Amino acid sequence: MTTTIPANAVAVCAYDDLIPDLGVAALVGDTQVAVFRLDDDSVRAVQNLCPFSGASVMSRGITGSRGDEPTIASPIYKQVFSLVTGECLVTMDKLPVTGSADLAVYQVSIDNGQVMINLAGGQ
Amino acid sequence: MTAQEHIVVVGGGMVAHRFVEALRARDGDNRYRVTVLAEEPRAPYDRVALTSYFTGRDPEDLALGEPQLWEDPLVRLERDARVVEIDRENRVVTDVHGVTYVYDHLVMATGSYAWTPPTEGADLPGVFVYRTIDDVAALRIFVEQRRKDLGRPVRGAVIGGGLLGLEAAGALQELGAHSTVIQFVDRLMNLQVDEGGGRALTRLIEQLGVAVKCNTATQAIKPDKTGKVGRLVFADKAEQLADVVVFATGVRPRDELGRESGMMIGERGGIVVDDTCLTDDPHVSAIGEVACIQGACIGLIAPGNTMAEIAVDRLLGGDSTFPGADTSAKLKLLGVDVASFGDAFATTPGALELTYADPVAGVYKKLVVTDDARTLLGGILVGDASAYASLRPLVGAELGGDPAGWLLPEGAIERPNVELPDEAGVCSCNNVTAGSIRSAVTDDGCTDLAGVKACTKAGTSCGSCLPLVKKIVGTELEKSGVELSNALCEHFDMSRSQLFNAIQVSELRTFSEIIERHGSGRGCDICKPTVGSILASLYNEHVLAQDRAALQDTNDRVMANMQKDGTYSVVPRVPGGEILPEHLILIGEIAKEYGLYTKITGGQRIDLFGARLDQLPGIWTRLVDAGMESGHAYGKSLRTVKSCVGSTWCRFGVQDSVGMAIALELRYRGLRSPHKLKLGVSGCARECAEARGKDVGVIATDNGWNVYVGGNGGFTPKHAQLLVEDVDDDMVFKVIDRYLMFYIRTADRLQRTAPWQEEFEGGLDAIREIVVDDSLGICADLDEHMARHVDSYEDEWKAVLNDPERLAQFTSFVNAPEEPDPSLAYVEQRGQRRPATTEERDSGAVLIAPTRLEVHS
Repeated sequence: MTTTIPANAVAVCAYDDLIPDLGVAALVGDTQVAVFRLDDDSVRAVQNLCPFSGASVMSRGITGSRGDEPTIASPIYKQVFSLVTGECLVTMDKLPVTGSADLAVYQVSIDNGQVMINLAGGQ
Repeated sequence: MTAQEHIVVVGGGMVAHRFVEALRARDGDNRYRVTVLAEEPRAPYDRVALTSYFTGRDPEDLALGEPQLWEDPLVRLERDARVVEIDRENRVVTDVHGVTYVYDHLVMATGSYAWTPPTEGADLPGVFVYRTIDDVAALRIFVEQRRKDLGRPVRGAVIGGGLLGLEAAGALQELGAHSTVIQFVDRLMNLQVDEGGGRALTRLIEQLGVAVKCNTATQAIKPDKTGKVGRLVFADKAEQLADVVVFATGVRPRDELGRESGMMIGERGGIVVDDTCLTDDPHVSAIGEVACIQGACIGLIAPGNTMAEIAVDRLLGGDSTFPGADTSAKLKLLGVDVASFGDAFATTPGALELTYADPVAGVYKKLVVTDDARTLLGGILVGDASAYASLRPLVGAELGGDPAGWLLPEGAIERPNVELPDEAGVCSCNNVTAGSIRSAVTDDGCTDLAGVKACTKAGTSCGSCLPLVKKIVGTELEKSGVELSNALCEHFDMSRSQLFNAIQVSELRTFSEIIERHGSGRGCDICKPTVGSILASLYNEHVLAQDRAALQDTNDRVMANMQKDGTYSVVPRVPGGEILPEHLILIGEIAKEYGLYTKITGGQRIDLFGARLDQLPGIWTRLVDAGMESGHAYGKSLRTVKSCVGSTWCRFGVQDSVGMAIALELRYRGLRSPHKLKLGVSGCARECAEARGKDVGVIATDNGWNVYVGGNGGFTPKHAQLLVEDVDDDMVFKVIDRYLMFYIRTADRLQRTAPWQEEFEGGLDAIREIVVDDSLGICADLDEHMARHVDSYEDEWKAVLNDPERLAQFTSFVNAPEEPDPSLAYVEQRGQRRPATTEERDSGAVLIAPTRLEVHS
């Protein structure tokens, strides 16, 4: 976990409110973010918008792994994305409806038991 | 392009069908149009399966291939158009109605007729042959009437103990008649089996209640006092009472048109053709049973199909020739397996015969091998023909290892693993070699059994070779580096059914324990829902219990169906489609209040579209309070039981189909399975509920219910097949309990009942033995498992509404639970709303924003 908290990070919920492998959606400004606590207790955040359907649903997908890479699968057409880089690993032979096939990844930190999301700190 | 030529096919049987099918598949340039002149008033049908007319009861079931073939503009089928004259000089044929057809090429496919030896009384009412649908239909009407007239079961006699005779005896049994098979020679099926095989066969047939008399010549058939068949008199003056007689004494080619028009006729009949199926007239071919090829007429479908393919190939400029007839056969007669292949009678000089007989189990097996016992020449299998698919293609090849492995019961000694040569025929119905199956994988890129079946047609007729095809495909895929592993995904190296067993045996109940014990990694969107489904099937605990919420697909996780914009549809259960007016009104009120789009589903209930995640609990509170419950439209589980209105209102209904549908729906509601399950119940044979398009279809009869299984609509529609007939309510529940539970335990992930049933070794017959006759001894276990499901059912939605922790998961944003998803946008259409398209969003067309809807809720 990062110890230095960026100034523009926003608290979205308490870490203890997150259930392992069950994603939640958070609203940071106008941006929808999907937040996941994994079974190793790390927390990951990516864009909630699914590039292949245009619906804001990533938080409701199934977490998993491909090799050692933690992943999230879109619940609409089942594309699989890395939760570390946001890269689309399985396109299901489809093209994204708009923009990139990959997900934006947001920096997450824990401060005083609060989950902090930093939109500017994407990788 | 040259002018289109006209082919006329005389005869409308199976071989004519194959000819037309092959021609249309291969004549890409449309060089030919084809007219089929059929004597019978129907399209070609599966004559080999004629006996199933008595069990399936639907002539449609006998249809061959795709019905669209006959709608092809270049194909013309004339039914009831028996040809009476062929004028080869002017190339014109004339049918019985005087209609003439000019041809460029003529194909004789007139087949055979059932031959009866000259016998006194053979023309009496009650004497039948066994060749066409009309023959069996007439036999059935006669037997049913005779039973009524006599007031007792009908005594039947079948003259002829060959393949057809045993088929006919089976048909009489099906009709409730006693039957005796009278065979002229010393054993049954003397053309296929030897003395030992004949003994085993007789024993098995007699155990089934069919009497067998060998070495018996029938001299006369005598009438009773009504003038119908009454008794048989044999050559030794012995007599036997008989109320109906079927002659199954062989077939003879229908070569009279050939004779009259001067074609060359074989010594024992048949139109003589060369190895390209051409007669002595270059404009006339002959194929199938009427063709005398390599000196003989062959009464089997496989060589007939081969001839059809050769005739087509030659017409299109190919150079194929008839390879000689493979007279191998595997049959199931009255439920008894009989197979005979290659040099079954050991006529090869020096041939050795290895036999194995178990009179108690009713098994006889013989392999014929060369004098060094290395090369397989042929064999006979009676009572257990499971090795047939592997052995027949090995004829002429080295057996490798101890041949005894093939004779002893499976598992006694390890069977040698032999690679088939490319030219070995695997599917004899469609003449597919091991080589063509391999090239379907290596050259055409097929990656599974279904693909190879579509590509090569292997296994699409009788299906007896499917286990072997599957094995070859597997081996080939493995070689080409494509892993045909049955692994579920990278986390579990086993199939769904193996994993089901593993979880059942280890009694683990959480995903983390299961993946630690049986898998690796963290799981994924494939194995997690599968494990969730298996746990639900095994223990019927709540889908969101313990760590299971994270296993479920979003639909199961929030117990609603996600739609394309991320909102959900809500479907309350309407058992059997019967609904109270109060519930209809409530659904309407909810739809109005939340602005939901409403549509009637295909399963006789109502779908409410466009509900947001955060609205689901409020909607369900209203529904549950009024006594409605989850319809599981989101689950791989029982969906609906569709019904017609049945005997309570309908003038034609013979049973209470709605009552039965409700009982079934309440029994199986919430049952988690490898794929969705749909049932249907019809109150009479008119079948208004379309039950045979369902996984389980129940259709009322005068005496109870018929249960059909393995149907579905969708991408590859299938009609359900008859499992049991005329059973009472309790038996309906019992067989469906076992069928569904056995399916749940053994099917692959996302495999519906139809393909499961088709690929199950031994097919529906084997499944029937397991779930009706309890051949595996597991029925008590299946019954208990289903009873546990029925007893432990709870409404999932009601349970969630009572659990604040789970309810907390139904919020839009963790940091703004009151804020609806701002990205949702709708337009109005036909008085309701639907999601806006990207173009509509971009152009800012009239949108209904979610905030406005919020005013309503």
